[in-house]
Amino acid sequence: MFEKKGLFLMIVTLVVALLFTGCNNAEEPAAAPSEAPVEVSVEGSEDIILATTTSTRDSGLLDVLVPLFEEETGYMVKTIAVGTGAALEMGENGEADVLMTHAPASEQVLVDGGVAIDYTLLMHNDFVFLGPVDDPAGLSDIAVASEGLAAIEETESLFMSRGDNSGTNKKELSLWSEAGVTPEGAWYQETGSGMGDTLNIAAEKGAYTMTDRATYLNLMDNLTALSILLEKDPALNNIYHVMAINPEQFDKVNYEGAQAWIAFLVREDVQDLIGEYGVDRFGQPLFFPDAN
Amino acid sequence: MELLFNGIKEGIRLILQGDPEILEVTLLTIRISGLATLLSVLVGIPLGAVLAVKSFFGKRFLISLFNTGMGMPPTVAGLWVSVFLWRYGPFGSLGIMYTPAAMLIAQFIIACPLVVAFSVASIQNIKPQIHEQIKALGATRLQYFLLLVREAKLSLMAAVIAGFGAVISEVGASMMVGGNIKGYSRVLTTATVMEVSKGNFEVAIALGTLLLMLTYLVTLLLTWVQQKEASR
Repeated sequence: MFEKKGLFLMIVTLVVALLFTGCNNAEEPAAAPSEAPVEVSVEGSEDIILATTTSTRDSGLLDVLVPLFEEETGYMVKTIAVGTGAALEMGENGEADVLMTHAPASEQVLVDGGVAIDYTLLMHNDFVFLGPVDDPAGLSDIAVASEGLAAIEETESLFMSRGDNSGTNKKELSLWSEAGVTPEGAWYQETGSGMGDTLNIAAEKGAYTMTDRATYLNLMDNLTALSILLEKDPALNNIYHVMAINPEQFDKVNYEGAQAWIAFLVREDVQDLIGEYGVDRFGQPLFFPDAN
Repeated sequence: MELLFNGIKEGIRLILQGDPEILEVTLLTIRISGLATLLSVLVGIPLGAVLAVKSFFGKRFLISLFNTGMGMPPTVAGLWVSVFLWRYGPFGSLGIMYTPAAMLIAQFIIACPLVVAFSVASIQNIKPQIHEQIKALGATRLQYFLLLVREAKLSLMAAVIAGFGAVISEVGASMMVGGNIKGYSRVLTTATVMEVSKGNFEVAIALGTLLLMLTYLVTLLLTWVQQKEASR
């Protein structure tokens, strides 16, 4: 009887121990069975983690470029589409191999710190200001972005900001500071969401907002309540760069893969592909290649 | 309303046509969530049984933790798993961040407390006389455990259904640790979120419809097993 009790206690302890490694960390016990059926690649060097902004994925551009690259090189690209802020943070922690983002000022910090290398100009498009058709702030008569924002503040017209530290959000905030306005008050609302969601919210509420043109063109059919009121100010350029994470700072990054991805993107035929993307659907390109 | 109708129609069309991409996403969804549920059951029911019948110091506290775990937000589970699995995290050398394996782990963490907590409740619900009877018959520990499970099987089935329901519907954790990578770690919920953000509401509703039908089918199966037992 005592022996049995001892054995039982041992089993209980084991089960509890298993659960605690199981339920809290859960690495080995839970990971092992999945490996057979779901093909987890063991060699990290075959994968490239690409941290990027949502606009490159939501526009569909990556759905064209990634399969082409994978077929040519045999790499597998793991596209993690997050805001530019999160993508840069991933780079800074060595959790991504290559970044594709659109916030040059924030990117420069990584380049200066030696975290990002092979910093390469890739493409651009532009930001536009959307607003309700009745345009209470009179944005359609203004050509300069910062003046437009000042008019929105003056009339206290509802403005929807991403508020998510994304590239678009960073750009918007820099324009406010250029306008000498601190955006706060009931008229200035932060959605904390991606571009698509923010556009939908702005359309529902009849608010002003700033978006990249590619996302707007993609969603235009759902956004009949909004129209482009201010555009083509040079300050509204939206510039995309691609960069690798420095293997000397992070030994686990796949630098070769990152180099291959960058070399692919700047190749002339791929740049042409970028320039043509969207023409068939929207009658105009979504991105303008800049690498050559 | 028209959008909803078209979306549902589109969903049915997608199923009937067997679009290969949708099929792949659906199969992965079933595979990950099914496996996560299975693992949680294998761990959760024995643990729940032990927690239910043994008395020891800190028992109530431990049970309260599992009860709290039932409300574990998937994003929080996802964040924790991320921190552990990142390349430079404690388990980074495994290299399983942004893989289906990572999603499985996160879903296991979401489902496990549910199964444990439900198991504790259903086994404690068994009449004390039955415990006495089983013991009086001289059952071994394993036989005791199996008889308890048999006695509580209807409510334990509810534990399985709850666990499966939690993981098949979660999106936060799968998005965070799986990355929603096309053809690799994309499941029905993460695909739905992405289609909404792309503005493809119709496709999103179609995927949602598909997910609901899938959940219904699995739950129907489990309920059928449960009710068949009940009517014996």
